Amino acid sequence: MSEKLIVVENLKKWFPVRMGFFKTLLTRKTLFVRAVDGVSFNIKKGEIFGLAGESGSGKTTTGKVLIKLLEPTDGKIFFEGKDITFLKEKMVKPLRRKMQIIFQDPYESLNPFMTVRDILQEPLTINNIIGDEAEERIYKALEDVKLTPPEEFLLRYPHELSGGQRQRVAFARAMVLDPQFVVADEPVSMLDVSIRAEILNLIVELRDERNVAFLYITHDLALARHICDRIAVMYLGKIVEMGDVEQVILNSMHPYTEALISAVPVPDPTSKRIEVQVKGEIPSPINPPSGCRFHTRCPAFIGEVCKVKEPVLVEVEKGHFVACHKYG
Amino acid sequence: MALLEVDQLRTYYKTLRGYVKAVDGVSFSVDKQEALGLAGESGCGKTTVALSILRILPSNGEIVGGRVVLDSIDITKIDEEEMRENVRWKKISIVFQGAMNALNPVYSVGDQIVEAIRLHEPEVSKKEALERAMKLLELVGVDPSRVNSYPHEFSGGMRQRAMIAMALASNPSILIADEPATALDVIVAAQVLRLLKELKSKLGLGMILITHDLSIIAELCEKTAIMYAGKIVEYGDVVSIFKNPLHPYTQGLMSSFPSVRAKERMRLISIPGFPPNLLNPPKGCRFHPRCKFAMEMCRDKEPAFIDVGGKHYVACHLIK
Repeated sequence: MSEKLIVVENLKKWFPVRMGFFKTLLTRKTLFVRAVDGVSFNIKKGEIFGLAGESGSGKTTTGKVLIKLLEPTDGKIFFEGKDITFLKEKMVKPLRRKMQIIFQDPYESLNPFMTVRDILQEPLTINNIIGDEAEERIYKALEDVKLTPPEEFLLRYPHELSGGQRQRVAFARAMVLDPQFVVADEPVSMLDVSIRAEILNLIVELRDERNVAFLYITHDLALARHICDRIAVMYLGKIVEMGDVEQVILNSMHPYTEALISAVPVPDPTSKRIEVQVKGEIPSPINPPSGCRFHTRCPAFIGEVCKVKEPVLVEVEKGHFVACHKYG
Repeated sequence: MALLEVDQLRTYYKTLRGYVKAVDGVSFSVDKQEALGLAGESGCGKTTVALSILRILPSNGEIVGGRVVLDSIDITKIDEEEMRENVRWKKISIVFQGAMNALNPVYSVGDQIVEAIRLHEPEVSKKEALERAMKLLELVGVDPSRVNSYPHEFSGGMRQRAMIAMALASNPSILIADEPATALDVIVAAQVLRLLKELKSKLGLGMILITHDLSIIAELCEKTAIMYAGKIVEYGDVVSIFKNPLHPYTQGLMSSFPSVRAKERMRLISIPGFPPNLLNPPKGCRFHPRCKFAMEMCRDKEPAFIDVGGKHYVACHLIK
């Protein structure tokens, strides 16, 4: 399991800000939204790697850049040891068989005019897998996501399925090509509480059976803790803390992680949680704060250094990285 | 005497295929300075309960039975005019889900709060109303000098606060909050929940908190009612229910809610199947098709509420 499937080095994705004609003339520099601004991490084979943070922290952009749905601005991505950062579109295609994505909203991500069979057949046809093998794969994918018996679901349209079943079809579609890496972008946030657990357990099962690596993007640390192996916490395009999920959650070091964890309500009316209070909301990524990006909201602000110098990720214990001047 | 008492409330929606029994015999009460958490999956009728209390149901919805008693008056029976003049906003107000989009984008936030005040209390002058709006904003933790800002200049959390300010415009005694934190980021959601908690004790509000997130109820409420398919299955004191959930549905919900601070990682447990179609709900106990303890009796006979002591009530045949 220790073999690295994906290595990301200093990855950046900046989006230019669209401006009106006159503003373009008057402003010399193009402004950029620095959605992802220098992140480095790796994902091992068969690992569930969590990426957590508030909205606007760049989690989804990171996921999309990794599977080449977006072109990175700078940095390096290695997949199975090969540099895939700036591959040409033609070269990306065979790669797509190995990397898939599951989107947040199963009500939007499935074509309402296609039956489950069509939905699962399409990726196979594109990749020239036809006939018996295609049939076999479709059945296997449906069985793997527990839509059994498969015959019963093959001819249904998405509107004939419940939310949880739809998300399972989305999983089956991702699995049908036997990928090695799947990005799951908030796969349960649109689903009802009672069926969330099923989908999350499905991720764990698919990993156990097929040794697929997952990038699990989430804002819910409570759920992340129970399914991820390792986790990275992002804030304004940067990773502030990364490590084994138990290290990061039970022994969080970065004030932002602490705040994020303490903000999660606990389903126990007798527990008194101590809340780390954080002021305000996430600042704009167009003009992120200087130095440590969290210094404007940080409850543990230690002085000038936070405003001026950007902290780097340092290893505070084995495999546990924190970017904060407190541990400089 | 409780502040608000809902008794055997039944609300049906008329559709081409028949009546959708969205709320079918729901009873609970809310006291002063008490928060009741109404929990359940989507489509279980939580929001319909809120809409029925305020009588702002969509045109195909109708209260077909039961009472909602406020100050010893059954407000399901009074006429529309009186409802509008004396109950809505003056006694009971509501903060809707997705407050980010509930504000009118072409009026300033202050103007919208002023409108709410002057609509319900026409005798108040514009100037006075604006002063009150500023006080309200201060109460909910928004800088009062932002009173003339437009909604797009507010962040999500501030908009939700402004909505709460607007709900408090005419000093209601009951505030209904429908998924007040769902559309917000974790940290901002925590801030809004803290605000609601403060307001409850500061203003002595009775509160009905509608949510699917049991952990929010654990943090904020004194009482909880767990709804399933238009009925309450378990009701009572929050500590008692969270420590000792008796209904299999409540147990299922709780085990699909992991705690971030649990002692160790666990495998999440889910409830198989999905909620029934309320056009034609299952006979007997409505949960029986998904219940792993279902017995013969559950199929035919509807369970009644049983008092298990400690202000804890449950409707399940397993409990004798």
